Amino acid sequence: MNAVKQVFGTDFRQFTMVFALVALLLGFHLASGGKMLTPGNMQNLIAGNAYVLILAIGMVMVIVIGHIDLSVGSVAGFVGMCVALSARDLHFPWWAALLAGLVIGALIGCWHGFWLAKIGIPGFITTLAGMMLFRGGVIWISGSVSVPVPPELNVLGAGYLPEWGPAWTYLNNSTLLLGILAIALYAWSQISTYRRRVADGETGLSFAAVIIRVVLVGAVLAYVTFLFGSGRPGTSFPVPGVILVALVIIYHVITQRTTFGRHIYAVGGNKQAAALSGVSVDKVYFLVMVNMSFLAALAGILFVARATSAGPSDGNMWELDAIAAVFIGGAAVSGGIGTVTATMIGGLVMATLNSGLFLMGVGQDKTQVIKGLVLLAAVAFDVYNKQQGRPSISGRLFGDRTKSETTAEPVQIAPTTPGATGQ
Amino acid sequence: MRDPHAILEMRTITKLFPGVRALDDVTMTVRRGDIHAICGENGAGKSTLMKVLSGVYPHGTYSGSILFESEEMAFKDIKSSESVGIVIIHQELALIPELSVEDNIFLGNEIVAKGLIDRRTLRRRSLDLLARVGLDVDPGTQIKTLGVGQQQLVEIAKALAKNVKILILDEPTSALNEDDSANLLTLMKGLKAKGITSIMISHKLNEIAEVSDAVTVIRDGRTVETYDVEAGQVDEDRIIRAMVGRSLDNRYPDHEPNTGGEVILEVQGWTVEHPTVPGKLVCKDESFVARRGEIVGFAGLMGAGRTELARSLFGRSYGVHKSGQIFLHGAPVELKTVREAIRHRLAYVSEDRKLLGLNLLDSIKDTIVSANLRAVVRRGLIDDAMERTVAERYRKSLRIKTPGIDVGVATLSGGNQQKVVLAKWLFPEPDVLILDEPTRGIDVGAKFEIYRLIQDLADQGKAVIVISSELPEVLGICDRIYTICEGRISGEVPRSEADQETLMRMMTTTVGSAA
Repeated sequence: MNAVKQVFGTDFRQFTMVFALVALLLGFHLASGGKMLTPGNMQNLIAGNAYVLILAIGMVMVIVIGHIDLSVGSVAGFVGMCVALSARDLHFPWWAALLAGLVIGALIGCWHGFWLAKIGIPGFITTLAGMMLFRGGVIWISGSVSVPVPPELNVLGAGYLPEWGPAWTYLNNSTLLLGILAIALYAWSQISTYRRRVADGETGLSFAAVIIRVVLVGAVLAYVTFLFGSGRPGTSFPVPGVILVALVIIYHVITQRTTFGRHIYAVGGNKQAAALSGVSVDKVYFLVMVNMSFLAALAGILFVARATSAGPSDGNMWELDAIAAVFIGGAAVSGGIGTVTATMIGGLVMATLNSGLFLMGVGQDKTQVIKGLVLLAAVAFDVYNKQQGRPSISGRLFGDRTKSETTAEPVQIAPTTPGATGQ
Repeated sequence: MRDPHAILEMRTITKLFPGVRALDDVTMTVRRGDIHAICGENGAGKSTLMKVLSGVYPHGTYSGSILFESEEMAFKDIKSSESVGIVIIHQELALIPELSVEDNIFLGNEIVAKGLIDRRTLRRRSLDLLARVGLDVDPGTQIKTLGVGQQQLVEIAKALAKNVKILILDEPTSALNEDDSANLLTLMKGLKAKGITSIMISHKLNEIAEVSDAVTVIRDGRTVETYDVEAGQVDEDRIIRAMVGRSLDNRYPDHEPNTGGEVILEVQGWTVEHPTVPGKLVCKDESFVARRGEIVGFAGLMGAGRTELARSLFGRSYGVHKSGQIFLHGAPVELKTVREAIRHRLAYVSEDRKLLGLNLLDSIKDTIVSANLRAVVRRGLIDDAMERTVAERYRKSLRIKTPGIDVGVATLSGGNQQKVVLAKWLFPEPDVLILDEPTRGIDVGAKFEIYRLIQDLADQGKAVIVISSELPEVLGICDRIYTICEGRISGEVPRSEADQETLMRMMTTTVGSAA
């Protein structure tokens, strides 16, 4: 058990989620007769879900501060339409249209942030209003018809990385390069963290565990590189996927390693306490809402870029997919808990369900039912474990409950059974 | 006039709230390296004064001046007072449960290198600070897994991280048990030895007596007196006199004990399991009786299982019932829900008034009738006139100070809120009244009234059970006292034979331990 912990770290919940995701992928691969883990299907899965995952990055931050954003689908649709219209009617070049879209997104975020942070209207209401406003807005400005998007943008939503270099790799060399870089970066960060901790005098660390971890994760990354790089010529790890990965890394660092990120968790965990520690609650609320709408704008642009045109119903119900991803990723409704990486895994679980059930010929109706049940089960599981004071299924899976139980109730005296005392 | 050793002077501070003069010309001087106690009743203005000092109420919202190390200060927020070394630890701890110890210590004061939080330095400095406050935990531990006493130490480490010169502690021990309190007071003395000045707001006179070098008493927003004391030799009566503005020769009203009445409530072999931890018993084979006209005390330390016992008796509203029987007027009864308990004329007044006792959005009138709505229903509808009659009756008989019964309970002082809660539970006309910490968070004057009321209820023939962790209170008003330790009844004494020492001994004796 200890060896497993050394290799995979102590975050059992996240580990369980990754485990579930891998099991789902393999399960669907077998059940669909080998159609799941193919380059084409995985490229589609990433390109087709990048926009929801980008929304989920912003959403997890909103949910951590204890609010929710219902407007993101409408905002995405509205911004996508603005981009298309500014290019067609105002003759903006593609890059100016893109920039305008992002600015509009940020401004919409300021609007939400204003009502939430300055006026004090709960996020649910503010963004419910935003949802209606911008859905109405997109239908209004488009006159209910689809508008084409500059073709240059298509690469953002559905493009592939360039082919170059020798052909003997039998892979897309851009993907290969990214894969090698990812493995090298991972190995370097793991080993340097280990060195630093040893230098700080920490004991009980196993270098072998670090190596095993690097080899295992490296193997997975290598497989992923192979999977995405070995598609038909001209395809690679999709461009929206690259954008997504870059955003995940940036936002992971923002939420985990900057003061702003720390303040997000502080405000979500205990608003009064954070304020008394000198954290500006209003500022955090405002910036998180601006960020959310900015990411919604980006998601909307990627979507219309992929679809090559913006439609009046784009973005319908996206907020719900994003929210589901966040909660499957283990965030708490009451705020204060949730991470970008876990949310991505939650989103990928949903995406895999969609794709796998589709491959198996399950209809939309049943897919929705199954997704609903999975969401309920994932959150019920968290709630149940919280009540029991246990961390997660994996904690029990590996029979190691000692740590979690002692830390859960540190102040209590060890229980005595009635038979052992008194009589 | 100027004290050369003064680190802080607050001069003629006046702070107005709409309709209230919260601070009226308050002046106080704190000497460098002292532990300076501030005492006063609830609402006297102690916390307001400290909020002025720490910049929670920024410069300009009050009049008067603050001199810190002989320089005039104009704090515009908490950050600016902290930057000169004045740090306040609030009564409600300002910690984020989900964040780690080290993240909490540096919250709002993060160590940043190149835009990112420098985890290595954070860890190193946290270990150093934790060592200084004598807390041996891994800095990566989440705050929520620590006990309250440990959390309080983290708060102090957080203050030390800001290079504190004056540490302000607002009721630092109000949530702590005896051990943690003693530990904290020792730490305060240790900080004093290192030259850190502390200002401590406290109700607990014994703590003030133990550590303070000077005492300032505030009443109704004014400084009553400031004087030096020698730690360990503080005249508690003098402080009390100054706090309440009158001599309280007797803090408890006289009352003739009555222990000869017939038994109304009898409990036998009461055993209850913790609601979420199977196998952990919170009540272990407890048996006791309460008689007509008697005030029965339940004394025990925090966590001994007093509230758990009371709530499990009251319609099993806490824990999992394992075994045991309740008898009312000699007949066995099964009280499986709170409704049944009320119907059998039991009442329970919670220790947590704001969370479990009141709906703070309700008016006085709505609150008073809420536990016995049936009594004011006529033809299927709530009768407003009847409601009013009832509420007015209790307002008069309990002397609830309010402009009217339609006023929201949230606007009342702690003492008057408690009277409203009592009225709510008197309206169902209970035979047995369980009062859990009935005077918590109530000032000295109002306490006296609550005690009178408890005695009146007993004289009316009710059995009153008082749960309290304040031993003088238990000794002052109860006729007979049970002590509870680790979920067991560890002793029973009549008041005439009890004193603080014997009770404390019984409260800390584990029944049935190997010895």
